[in-house]
Amino acid sequence: MSQYETHEHDVLIIGAGGAGLRAAIEARAQGARVGVVTKSLLGKAHTVMAEGGIAAAMANLDAADNWRVHFRDTMRGGKMVNNWRMAQLHAQEAPDRTRELEQWGALFDRTEKGDILQRAFGGHTYRRLCHVGDRTGLELIRTVQDRAVQLGVEVYMECAVTKLLKDGDRLAGAFGYWREQGRFVVFKAKSVVLATGGIGKGWRITSNSWEYTGDGLAVAYDAGAELMDMEFVQFHPTGMVWPPGVQGILVTEAVRGEGGILRNKLGERFMERYDPKRMELSTRDLVARSIYTEVKEGRGSEHGGAYLDISHQPAEYVKRKLPSMYHQFLELADVDITKGPMEVGPTCHYMMGGLRVDAETAATNVPGLYAAGETAAGLHGANRLGGNSLSDLVVFGRRAGLAASQHAGQVAEPRLDDDQVEQAAREMLAPFERPAGESPYDIHRDLQELMHDYVGIFRSAGDLQHALGELEKLRERAERVRVQGSRLFNPGWHLARDLRSLLIVAEAVSRSAQARQESRGAHSRLDYPNFDEYWARHNNVIARDGETMRLTATPLPEIPDDLKKILAEE
Amino acid sequence: MANATLRIFRGDREGGRTQDYEVPVAPGMVVLDALHYVQAHQAPDLAVRWNCKCGRCGSCSAEVNGKPRLTCKTRMDELPQDQPIAVQPIKSFPIVKDLVTDVSWNYKVNRKIPAFQPRPGVEWKMSQAEVDRVQEFRKCIECFLCQNVCHVLREHEHFEQFGGPRFFVRVAGLEMHPLDGVSRVELLKNEMGIGLCNITKCCTEVCPEEIHITDNAIIPLKERLVDEYYDPIHWIVRKIRGAKAPGAG
Repeated sequence: MSQYETHEHDVLIIGAGGAGLRAAIEARAQGARVGVVTKSLLGKAHTVMAEGGIAAAMANLDAADNWRVHFRDTMRGGKMVNNWRMAQLHAQEAPDRTRELEQWGALFDRTEKGDILQRAFGGHTYRRLCHVGDRTGLELIRTVQDRAVQLGVEVYMECAVTKLLKDGDRLAGAFGYWREQGRFVVFKAKSVVLATGGIGKGWRITSNSWEYTGDGLAVAYDAGAELMDMEFVQFHPTGMVWPPGVQGILVTEAVRGEGGILRNKLGERFMERYDPKRMELSTRDLVARSIYTEVKEGRGSEHGGAYLDISHQPAEYVKRKLPSMYHQFLELADVDITKGPMEVGPTCHYMMGGLRVDAETAATNVPGLYAAGETAAGLHGANRLGGNSLSDLVVFGRRAGLAASQHAGQVAEPRLDDDQVEQAAREMLAPFERPAGESPYDIHRDLQELMHDYVGIFRSAGDLQHALGELEKLRERAERVRVQGSRLFNPGWHLARDLRSLLIVAEAVSRSAQARQESRGAHSRLDYPNFDEYWARHNNVIARDGETMRLTATPLPEIPDDLKKILAEE
Repeated sequence: MANATLRIFRGDREGGRTQDYEVPVAPGMVVLDALHYVQAHQAPDLAVRWNCKCGRCGSCSAEVNGKPRLTCKTRMDELPQDQPIAVQPIKSFPIVKDLVTDVSWNYKVNRKIPAFQPRPGVEWKMSQAEVDRVQEFRKCIECFLCQNVCHVLREHEHFEQFGGPRFFVRVAGLEMHPLDGVSRVELLKNEMGIGLCNITKCCTEVCPEEIHITDNAIIPLKERLVDEYYDPIHWIVRKIRGAKAPGAG
């Protein structure tokens, strides 16, 4: 038995955002002993930043809406490289998952008839986003958080996992540390669900907090799991651009959903040139590129963005439907959005790629390892539609929790390997033991600059080659990182570990972007500006091969004829 | 670019002292930006909790020049720059390190509150007006600034008998949910000690979400308690039917 504090669970969930907590609820409901590990306090995960709503074809306002239309919108938004089965399940199950939230106490905005109100959003044919003003994510996380606590899920707060432990080929648990005291902790579990969210902290301008360093992707990659679609990083078109300290903070798409208009410095409604049909409610990849292009061509706003204006709507309406935005701009940027325009520009926001999973069960290729939410790949293809993230969390969170608990019921207790644990502990302690070395903050800053400048919205062979070379140097620097101070709540030490995850993710993104010689969704190549026939039928899959990253173009699963028919309809 | 001095508490459960750090002030900078600057350039082990950096998650609470604030929403340019800016951990909870405190007590209180339970056979229809009233309470981001300034906790340290404003807000959100069928009045009286609150409104004043904690949550809950326990008609009904246990609807 290991010398460290050890906890045993049937199902261990890593990450306490919407997907992790929904998985926990399901596994617990199936009778499993469930533990949830979270880097932050409970209820602080990035789910709270989801503002606009949860997409579910409930047809409360537009009677013509149904799962088929939602499926088609999702596939088209993802430029058809989505996993069709995930897109189908998602569209079919999102309404039930949303009603379930209501039955657990969530309070959505209402229609005149007393049903859940739905709003328009980019890429959705009908008004589909169930919402609570502009704080839908907070409502979702509180609801699942309270439900999980009520059901008796064990929560390990401010605890970070640095390694997955294996028993032969199968998962056996995880190794981590308590952020507070710096002590090590071991979890033994028959199933592990990864729900660690995104990777945005690898880029300079991002809407993501310190937590989003791709931990789940990195520990799973180390454990032999496959990554997919890593080139598809979503830049949300509207982040704040001024003042400097708030650069990248999200400005919800709900501003455009409620009628917000984008203009350049000449006062032109420039979306007329890029997508005259859908205008501001075009898909995120296209709006982000449009704003970027306006700025590059000298028509940007004062601080290098675009103007987003909602002030033509009545002030009271704006304050009621977009209260967080109203306060955010008033308090942080001295802008009253009921009176004048906001300045906005693209910000690194969301990872469409992630762990390659089975559509039905969210299982990875490692027995006992599951992934859901932003950590999993497939549902969103090359570009995610707004509102499809919250629904993703609850649809596939539930499926992951269900499959993980069923797996736990079928397998014997795993055996923990002390050598693996000791190795993990040594890796964590090494940065304290170096007499000299660089600060993790400097390496992190340089990584963010590199990814922003060379692996951003527009990419090219030369830039990606340069990025891969520089990443090699950053990895060498990270191996010599030195941490000062004690193990007691030491953010420098935590960042030193997170850097390792970010570097794996950064390399996977760069390699996949290099391989995909076309432009599709969020992946835009200056040297290959068009769709390509071959790449329309392939996903990039990455696996670990010793110390190197092996990339394979893998054929997309064949879409059944009945779904093809839906996709072909107007 | 002008410089400002941050006078930050550095220490842990064993004790500590303040230390000064010079920080260049950029336009629109907030105190949390300044703390990040200190981490990146001067004190890599400075302990700070934060997440969203835009007032949505409630992680970065601290006392800035003695005032309980979210550091991500406290602009440097609203603070006097001719003297050091004092940044201290919130006072009501035990220190872990620097600006990080042990807020686990709050999660223990939360676990005592019976969850939402719909009345049997409800139709899932609600009007926006009914929902508006409760949505105010559900805006809470759990920054615990209200808990930090509440006299019952801060001065009198009644952590055993009292729930604190955050959890009165949560209970209000459940009790006033148009479809909820559980009574939490007994809990409010016995385990959450709502009677100890003497409505000084300190909690309302510091709430970054501008929830009218005292007027809209605590006072109506106190009224429910009075109706339930001290109203003679209710009293007789309770005697005949037996006290309504939590979960009994």
